[in-house]
Amino acid sequence: MTKSRSKMLLDAKGIRAAMNRLADEIVAALPENVPVGVIGIRRRGEVLAKRLVNELARRGVTPLEAGTLDITLYRDDLAELGPQAVVRQTEIGFDLTGRYVVLVDDVLYTGRSVRAALSALNDLGRPRAIRLAVLVERPGRELPIQADFVGEHVTQADLPVTVLLTESDQEEEVRVG
Amino acid sequence: MSTQSPYAPLEPSRPTEPAATPANSPTSSFTWKRPHLLGLEELSPEEILHIFTMAESFQEVSTRSIKKVPALRGRVVVNLFFEESTRTRMSFSLAAQRLSADVLEFAAGKSSVSKGESLRDTVRNIEAMGVDTFVIRHMAAGAPHYITRCTNCNVVNAGDGQHEHPTQGLIDIFTIRERKGRIEGLNVVIVGDIGHSRVARSNIWGLTKLGAKVTLVGPTTLVPRTFEQMGARVGHDLDAALKEADVVNMLRIQRERMTSQVFPSTEEYIRLFGLTRRRLQTTKPDLLIMHPGPVNRGVELASDVADGPNSSILRQVSNGLAIRMAVLFLVNQAGSPAGEGVTA
Repeated sequence: MTKSRSKMLLDAKGIRAAMNRLADEIVAALPENVPVGVIGIRRRGEVLAKRLVNELARRGVTPLEAGTLDITLYRDDLAELGPQAVVRQTEIGFDLTGRYVVLVDDVLYTGRSVRAALSALNDLGRPRAIRLAVLVERPGRELPIQADFVGEHVTQADLPVTVLLTESDQEEEVRVG
Repeated sequence: MSTQSPYAPLEPSRPTEPAATPANSPTSSFTWKRPHLLGLEELSPEEILHIFTMAESFQEVSTRSIKKVPALRGRVVVNLFFEESTRTRMSFSLAAQRLSADVLEFAAGKSSVSKGESLRDTVRNIEAMGVDTFVIRHMAAGAPHYITRCTNCNVVNAGDGQHEHPTQGLIDIFTIRERKGRIEGLNVVIVGDIGHSRVARSNIWGLTKLGAKVTLVGPTTLVPRTFEQMGARVGHDLDAALKEADVVNMLRIQRERMTSQVFPSTEEYIRLFGLTRRRLQTTKPDLLIMHPGPVNRGVELASDVADGPNSSILRQVSNGLAIRMAVLFLVNQAGSPAGEGVTA
């Protein structure tokens, strides 16, 4: 880990503020009388989705469901996966059809994970709409995919972004570089 | 709106991230490396458990309204069956199709084999069409191993002679684990024609690796003592073996593999080794009853027992799909075994 060379982008407090901002923006954009589903992409998107659901519930969003999407089987190519990838379960215990789905991931970079997630969602039902919320957006898109809700922008290209979350990493911070 | 374009500068020399696995793919410290699944004898307990973890995820795919994922899209799986099979062949076909692979069916009876083509030539010719995986069943033990030396394709053993039937072994052990929550310390009794059974051999290898105690029961002609070398106990008294059993796996009497009279009569076999309702009165109440199919109803398994609440026969078939999806995915993920001695 070259932790010393990287720069802190968000600390725990910054992440909390970014999530609050995301929740506010999502609530402001919600259509009326449409059930909402917040679906996180494994693994850190899953953690963020759970937090976001709590925030949305606090803001009175209902009906509201949370789910988790594993996109391993929807990657462009097996070769891209590498031999260590493990297929995990997709856990979406509600019908997607007619729902306003907020897809959640930690970092938006090439857009390929989101592309895979959209394909996976497409096989699971026909949502009314899908919106993308990410904690951090960095340049480097390889596909025409943009986020609708962004917690924090990184403007400098070619700098890796590392998101660490208490639930999955026992640490809480976002670092750049 | 951000003024900066979110798109990547796509100059040809753009350095790719060193990330071997994309950020959203969960990884574990365990790495599956086998391009073939030939038997359970050579697998480590970790490899067996890895297949089970994957199979649990694949079970979920079969519960969706669209029971298909694109993981093996563009890949070709060949079912190369030199022996009759219905459920194994269908299960492999469906598993491959649920992963979006294309499936070619090969039946030896109607093929060039009946015109005298050798196994090697058959395999090389099909490979030349551009296929990726051979699922092979053959009457000769070791045929799948031989094929790995003639091709660059992934090979999955779907039963070779009396040697192994690894996916069936995995299915049985996976089903036991699902019902009992563990394998270690369980008493598993396998009953019937052990000597001719590749299913029994795969079960014995896998179960003993994971810490179960395996007891084999049947007529002395069908259960030779040599099986003790595999770490199993050998017995000939079913009622005695069943007293402590957590699981009983009833094997089919395989008349097609018997070249001589190995027991006096079917009636006597049923009396000594058939699983009947009466026999269940003295066993543990939660005894799990398994059968790899097809069942000879009224012979090794009484009809009401086969359909009873302790039976997991149909669950084994459902689980078969998930196990075979996991195996096809894993061998393909491990890549082409290029360089493994393909010579002219």
